[in-house]
Amino acid sequence: MSASAAVPLPRSGGADPMLSVSHAQIGYVVGDRRQVAVGDVGFEVTRGSTTMLLGPSGCGKSTLLKAVAGYLRTWRGTISVSGHPVGAPGPDRAVVFQEFDQLFPWRTVRGNLEFPQRANGRGRVEARRRTDELLELMGLTAAADRHPHQLSGGMKQRVAIARALALDPDVLLMDEPFGALDAQTRSRLQRELKAVAARTGVTVLFVTHSIQEAVYVGDEVVVLSTPPSTVLETLDVRGLDDPTDRDFVAALARLRGLLAGDDDHADPDLAHAAFE
Amino acid sequence: MAQLSSPAALDQAAPTLAEAPAPERPRLRDRRWGDLPTVVRRTLLLAVLLLAWQLAVSYGGVNPLLVAGPIDVAKAIGRGVQDGDLVHSTLVTLRVLAEALGIGVVVAAVLTTFATWTRLGEDLLVLLTAMLNPLPAVAILPLAMLWFGINTTALIVVIANAVVWPIAINVSQGFRTANPTVVAVGRNIGLRGWRMVWYVLMPAALPHTVSGLKSAWAFGWRTIIAAELVFGVAGKGGGLGYFINNAKTYLHVDDAFAGLVTIAVIGIVFDLVFAWIEKKTVVAWGMKTGS
Repeated sequence: MSASAAVPLPRSGGADPMLSVSHAQIGYVVGDRRQVAVGDVGFEVTRGSTTMLLGPSGCGKSTLLKAVAGYLRTWRGTISVSGHPVGAPGPDRAVVFQEFDQLFPWRTVRGNLEFPQRANGRGRVEARRRTDELLELMGLTAAADRHPHQLSGGMKQRVAIARALALDPDVLLMDEPFGALDAQTRSRLQRELKAVAARTGVTVLFVTHSIQEAVYVGDEVVVLSTPPSTVLETLDVRGLDDPTDRDFVAALARLRGLLAGDDDHADPDLAHAAFE
Repeated sequence: MAQLSSPAALDQAAPTLAEAPAPERPRLRDRRWGDLPTVVRRTLLLAVLLLAWQLAVSYGGVNPLLVAGPIDVAKAIGRGVQDGDLVHSTLVTLRVLAEALGIGVVVAAVLTTFATWTRLGEDLLVLLTAMLNPLPAVAILPLAMLWFGINTTALIVVIANAVVWPIAINVSQGFRTANPTVVAVGRNIGLRGWRMVWYVLMPAALPHTVSGLKSAWAFGWRTIIAAELVFGVAGKGGGLGYFINNAKTYLHVDDAFAGLVTIAVIGIVFDLVFAWIEKKTVVAWGMKTGS
């Protein structure tokens, strides 16, 4: 399957891809039926950049992220990080989930950041130093000794991001991490994530169904179709961070058009498929 | 429940509530008692009950051979502590209980591990628990006496059987209902096998484990006293049950009461210890709301 490298990818992510997905097909087995969620998807994420996976609900974007994380296996195609095919879940691909309950409730904020480092063999002193650094970076220093249940949703997601960064991952995988937040907290965290990504130089793959979030947070937006999904388009949105800017508005319109157009011709297909 | 929630029941309930006299008055009268701190309220109530008990024994015409008053009981406890009889009996009982709990925890851990990792183990655990948990543990005492003789081994076997099922049932439920997101995070940070069990599943299951231990202890405590009483009838053994039975034999009613009070007090102390453990762990971590 890896022989398919000769086929050109939809868009080359540059000379130095940290994450590369090529002709990935992923699905679920429901009863005795195989249901394809991701049909044939390929893209690359350049080292240090943020790529957004955008698509309608149920388009398989979370499925794709789970496959990169190692929770699911691809049926076809390859996914590689730093040039190596991905295997079981591991700290090189740290995940931030949407659920607020992803923190260990029995550990303090500090404990939640330190434990993964200690479990991966980092020394006590070094883990502590890195934790202090991340607490500072994510504005969590005052909350360091609290337990997760004493934090707001936004704070919990900040801790989850800090914990993921603590492992110094090759790629930071984010599965709609701000999806359950209120609008204000959401846009504050989008702003913070953008700043943190710029400061740390981390490579990010971010799943969202919000067009605004995709344009604002991302450097690049990979637009997926309805399932079995393919890449509709890969849009460069680097540097767009002012929602009143003309290019920003144009990008929003372009993405909205893509998703609406896909919906228009996809719906009858889906209805047809359901009857088969 | 079904009747209460039916519309007819609601219609009937409503006028009754409306016709009832204004609820303020009895509540106002109640207010002064309710305003007192819990400790004071309970202490006062206890004092009243003790007084009534003493009065009934002193002036109520009850046979002093059959019922001892609180003062005599207090004296008997003092005597029992001083000559070491009561203390020794208590220690014997607690020691057997501790050994049985230890064995129960180990067996439950093995069963639960097996049940978590294999379908066969899960089926076995469900079947064994369904059969043995509803059985009053003391019911197997005669067989245990037959197999092991009238000795501590028989007691430990019976008590271990009493404690193993509530622990196994609760811990395995705790494992099965562990938050899948937290487990996914555990895999993400590279935890596998025993490290996943130790660092993620065990703490995630702690609320269940603590309630399992709580009911195990309560089952064990009731069972051991009952078993010791049976031993006492057979004329052998030690422990609190034996102490009470012995007191009966020699018509030392005050000693029998002293034994009962000791059993109740130890029960209260253990409940407090478990409440404290819960407060410091699962309640402090927001994994269970305080009671």
